[in-house]
Amino acid sequence: MTTANNTAKKGGFLAGTANYLDERVGVAGILKTFGRKVFPDHWSFMLGEVALYSFLVLLLSGTFLTFFFQPAMTPVVYDGIYGPLKGAHMSVAYASTIDISFEVRGGLLMRQVHHWSALLFVASAGLHMLRVFFTGAFRKPREINWVVGFALFVLGMAGGFTGYSLPDDLLSGNGLRIIDGMLKGVPVIGSWISSLLFGGEFPGENIVARLYSLHIMLIPALILVFIAIHLFMVVIHKHSHYSGPGKRDDNVVGYPLAPVYVAKAGGFFFIVFGAIMLVAATFTINPVWNYGGYDPSPVSAGTQPDWYIGWLDGALRLTPSHLEFEAGGYTYSMNVLLPMIVGVLFLIIVALYPFIEAWVTGDKREHHVLDRPRNAPTRTAIGAAGVVFYAVLWAGAATDLIATNFKMSLNQVLTTLQISLIVLPVLAYYITKRLALSLQRKDREIVLHGRESGRIVRLPHGEFIEVHEEIDEYTRYKLVDFVNYEPIMARPNARGKITIRGRIRASMSRWFFEDRVTPVTPAELEAAHKHGKELH
Amino acid sequence: MAMTKKLKNARRSPWAAVAAIAAGLIITGSGYAAATASTPTDSGSSYTSDQVDSGHKLFLSNCASCHGKNAEGTANAPSLIGVGAASVLFQVETGRMPGQASGPQLQVKPVQFKQADIDALAAWVSSLAPGPAAPSAEYLAKTGNASRGGEIFRINCAMCHNAVGAGGALTGGKYAPALTHTSAAHIYEAMVTGPQNMPVFSNSNLTLEDKTDVITYLQQVQTNPSIGGYDLGNLGPVVEGLFAWIFMLGGLVLITMWLGAKSN
Repeated sequence: MTTANNTAKKGGFLAGTANYLDERVGVAGILKTFGRKVFPDHWSFMLGEVALYSFLVLLLSGTFLTFFFQPAMTPVVYDGIYGPLKGAHMSVAYASTIDISFEVRGGLLMRQVHHWSALLFVASAGLHMLRVFFTGAFRKPREINWVVGFALFVLGMAGGFTGYSLPDDLLSGNGLRIIDGMLKGVPVIGSWISSLLFGGEFPGENIVARLYSLHIMLIPALILVFIAIHLFMVVIHKHSHYSGPGKRDDNVVGYPLAPVYVAKAGGFFFIVFGAIMLVAATFTINPVWNYGGYDPSPVSAGTQPDWYIGWLDGALRLTPSHLEFEAGGYTYSMNVLLPMIVGVLFLIIVALYPFIEAWVTGDKREHHVLDRPRNAPTRTAIGAAGVVFYAVLWAGAATDLIATNFKMSLNQVLTTLQISLIVLPVLAYYITKRLALSLQRKDREIVLHGRESGRIVRLPHGEFIEVHEEIDEYTRYKLVDFVNYEPIMARPNARGKITIRGRIRASMSRWFFEDRVTPVTPAELEAAHKHGKELH
Repeated sequence: MAMTKKLKNARRSPWAAVAAIAAGLIITGSGYAAATASTPTDSGSSYTSDQVDSGHKLFLSNCASCHGKNAEGTANAPSLIGVGAASVLFQVETGRMPGQASGPQLQVKPVQFKQADIDALAAWVSSLAPGPAAPSAEYLAKTGNASRGGEIFRINCAMCHNAVGAGGALTGGKYAPALTHTSAAHIYEAMVTGPQNMPVFSNSNLTLEDKTDVITYLQQVQTNPSIGGYDLGNLGPVVEGLFAWIFMLGGLVLITMWLGAKSN
């Protein structure tokens, strides 16, 4: 009697609450739909989650920081507890950053949590993009979501940069000066843009407050909106999966959101949070009290931006100097303009890649089964070239550190990187493409003749052979399940003419698909088996 | 009696006026020079003649092959006449001299001489001509204003040595070394002698008080522990970015692999 009462009471509260919510907002329906969403299991599908969770940590730690940060450039004389800066002239923004670090309880930890999670946010978003790129997950129907994800990456960079500039210390001030220089490098309107942004001559007294508004309102709001769109599209498209038996373009194989993924993702959030806290509590980041308040006259050696802006700084450093000319009364500083153009072009190509590839391949099919990178050799090679190009630019931001710490000449490091920027991506392209094709051939070999077992057998007539073990059906499925694309031929249109557009497309398509290894067909497999049996 | 007479005669000599003017000029000139002296100089007076002699011998056997027998300099090495004791102490005490290999810049290496021998070398070199002297203890006491020293350091030194003295690159393999382990005396001596690529910061650029403040600031940077945790070499955002990629994201990727593997 008592036990029954207890359960009724317990169930009564839960059931009552559930019922209350269900009658008012239809929770049951929502849970039913979302709880049954199926997600496939693969480690690489969790990279985007790392980005999402580090963004949550950013929001939490950032909110804490806004309680104490004062975004004003009014000059003050520091009179806090940090001795080495006592009596120094600085802005209110810098003074409040020092106060957050030393006088607000937990302030330094929160600053470090915020900064480390910012680095992790952009890094994990980048790695997630690479996963999506190399597995072809951006193909129809996910092209728009690729663009949304791209926008998130760029917003992450913008959020990072605006935040980096807020403390108004020497390092961030040097960074802002570079931005000022780049703006002024824009022909004709450059100086107008600069004085619009800074409210007059650099550095002025407005920039921190302006960047602050962007950093805590506009950019996080946009990121939230784009995350919502990003995830909503994942629900609409359903998650993609890697090929395997039973995995097709019209289904998703995996586990339901509730309870498996709710528990897993929830746990993973705390793992990410924990990792960030651990690093933030152990390693210092951006120790602004060392750098002193911003003053336009000093520039510190070894000034670099945070890593995600590094590739643009590298582009600036690697551009040859003296590329300046005058025309029509205006100065064109190509040494500043060229890196900006290269950077913007690179970003545009990244953003538009799904559309470019779709046009070249003429592929209008829906794809929900992901490619193994080796099965799309040209795409993988393009990706590798892009990664190398980006990495060389990124290394360019550290020319001085490379020179001093590895005891090399700064000039030679610079020249080496300038050459590498052109040569290495081309090399990476060819090497990757050849590697992918070779791996495909190896797969073909394994499917047809089995795995080399390492067991040598001597036949009665004296011949030695190595026994090949046939692979199981699951593995074989993975190795043969890809589509064999062929180059599109340039065909005459209705008027019997081959258009230039058609020709370009045909040659691009040939570039994409000319070198290919076809998947093993059932007939080939059967023939190979017969051959193998004869051998034994 | 005869002496006074002689003196009287001398005072009346036509040369007396010339001598008096010359003496006056010398006294005011050197007095003015002493009052505005850019750097405390020393022409070996603080060293004993024994030190000067043994320094000369050491110089002939260790340094003369490049710097010349009379320290007049050769095609391979500069003249050391007038460089002063400070220069010798800085170069030899940090192991930069005697130089080991030709290259863009002399490297710091284990010190090659005993302290007494280094002092003797300094004694001989400073006896050649007046030059910057070894700093007196008051400038090295680290009792200056660190906050002001930091400001001076950022304006005058940070463009090569980095805002926290982590060092930086110069052109063609040359570099400004890290100041994380440099002693107060060596910082002072470097400022007054301008070794290798470094400019001289004379007392009209940075007063002795400024120098004391800079030394105090660097001393404080060297001894204060990193407040926020391990400082990753104080090399700034590039290292922080690499750390985030390799250890944070790398570690989390390993965890995702573990989570993904569990279900199989």
